[in-house]
Amino acid sequence: MRIHCLLAGMLAATLPCSALAQQDTLREIERYRQLLQDGNPAELYEARGEELWKRERGPKNASLGRCDLGLGPGIVKGAYVRLPRYFADTDRVQDLESRLVTCMVTLQGFTTEEAKRNPFSGTGAPMITTDPFSGVGQRSVMTDLVAWIASESRGMRIAPPMSHPRERLAYEAGEKLFYYRAGPYDFGCVTCHGEEGKRIRLQNLPKMTNPKDAQRAFGTWPGYRVSEGELRSMQWRMWECIRQMRFPELEFASDASIALITYLAKKAEGGTLDAPSLKR
Amino acid sequence: MRPKTILALALCSTLVAGCATRTSDSEADRAVTEMVKTSFKTRGQASVDRLKQDEVQALCSKYKGEPPEDARRKIEKSQQTTLRYPGSGKMMGDWREGQRIAQSGAGRQFTDDPARPAGGSCYNCHQLAPQELSFGTIGPSLYQFGKLRGSSEAIQKYTYGKIYNSDAFSACSNMPRFGHNGVLTEEQITHLVALLLDPESPVNK
Repeated sequence: MRIHCLLAGMLAATLPCSALAQQDTLREIERYRQLLQDGNPAELYEARGEELWKRERGPKNASLGRCDLGLGPGIVKGAYVRLPRYFADTDRVQDLESRLVTCMVTLQGFTTEEAKRNPFSGTGAPMITTDPFSGVGQRSVMTDLVAWIASESRGMRIAPPMSHPRERLAYEAGEKLFYYRAGPYDFGCVTCHGEEGKRIRLQNLPKMTNPKDAQRAFGTWPGYRVSEGELRSMQWRMWECIRQMRFPELEFASDASIALITYLAKKAEGGTLDAPSLKR
Repeated sequence: MRPKTILALALCSTLVAGCATRTSDSEADRAVTEMVKTSFKTRGQASVDRLKQDEVQALCSKYKGEPPEDARRKIEKSQQTTLRYPGSGKMMGDWREGQRIAQSGAGRQFTDDPARPAGGSCYNCHQLAPQELSFGTIGPSLYQFGKLRGSSEAIQKYTYGKIYNSDAFSACSNMPRFGHNGVLTEEQITHLVALLLDPESPVNK
């Protein structure tokens, strides 16, 4: 307590009023986040996701129970923290979402188009009103599955494999995409995520080449976003950043999205997955 | 055309294409080129053409935002030639308008209405008027920008130019080339200059 008072006094003496007011704002935001940590609505998505994994769906009326997420058919525990990875059957590096598309097609008989439809949840009051995947109250099978599968890696170390040359290639391409500047604003991922301790407005920005920042950022997706009232996945995070960069739309489960996620996963290697998390 | 001419032409175009290829022809570069072609789609005003890089974007990508001295000089020199100042010679507009433009982060996203003018997104990255607490820190604080520098014609010109094309002054700047890229109009930029330099602007109080 005494230290607190002393600290406050020192701060008051050294900082102009606006800086003090801003510190209060930041502190309040942090307090709000902590208050929300109890009872994360992500649990509802996780429960639905587990049920959807087991439910018989699609033209083949099959469950996803035999889906191979990289650790063998049907093994979900620990799969998320070892993605993206190379899959011989598709001859592609895949992240969780693109792999789920594969399983929905091969096991359940959906078309690729059907499997990719509605990849992000909609909301009652969508923040991005023209988001094609957002309908009022629209649920997303993909988002629910991602929530549950990620939760089955909670507390585990992020360890994307890098032994296959294609995984290495995805990483290197992802790195180049991270630095790729284009569009009317000259933006690249690096514009916001290249320096330490920066903010956009009041939002803190992780520096993705800094392991600690990358681990925290990567390790907290998917997350339930209070501001949107929805659970958001890593694919959504890429899609949304790319939109804000003034680029054309990033295709869901595309190679560029997977390359970027591979790059970020490798940067976050060794961190602990703390997801689905709760976000502002 | 004689075979020799055709060969020469083919060689020429290969050379030109070779020059246009900015990085080494590595496997990762080829993968990126392919991804840029296949992983994005035009949506609303955000067409896939936006992924085509101009020389500055290509160099800044290649050097990861930190170009060596010769590339830096080359970029700044080429971008200096793009600077266009208001025909009227008047570079200071209305700081109140400037404040509105600085607050707005809209513009050029596929979710933005292309009929509406873009904002300057200034507060996303800079501190300006001290009353606005929600400011970003990607760029330096511009609080008291004019108070510290005055508002001489030279300072007005510098400020206008910096907003018009930041790469003319600092190669591979994080700041969009608002004028050069056609994001902000000449008039909008004069309002931002006023926000930064007018002694009555809250930035300089």
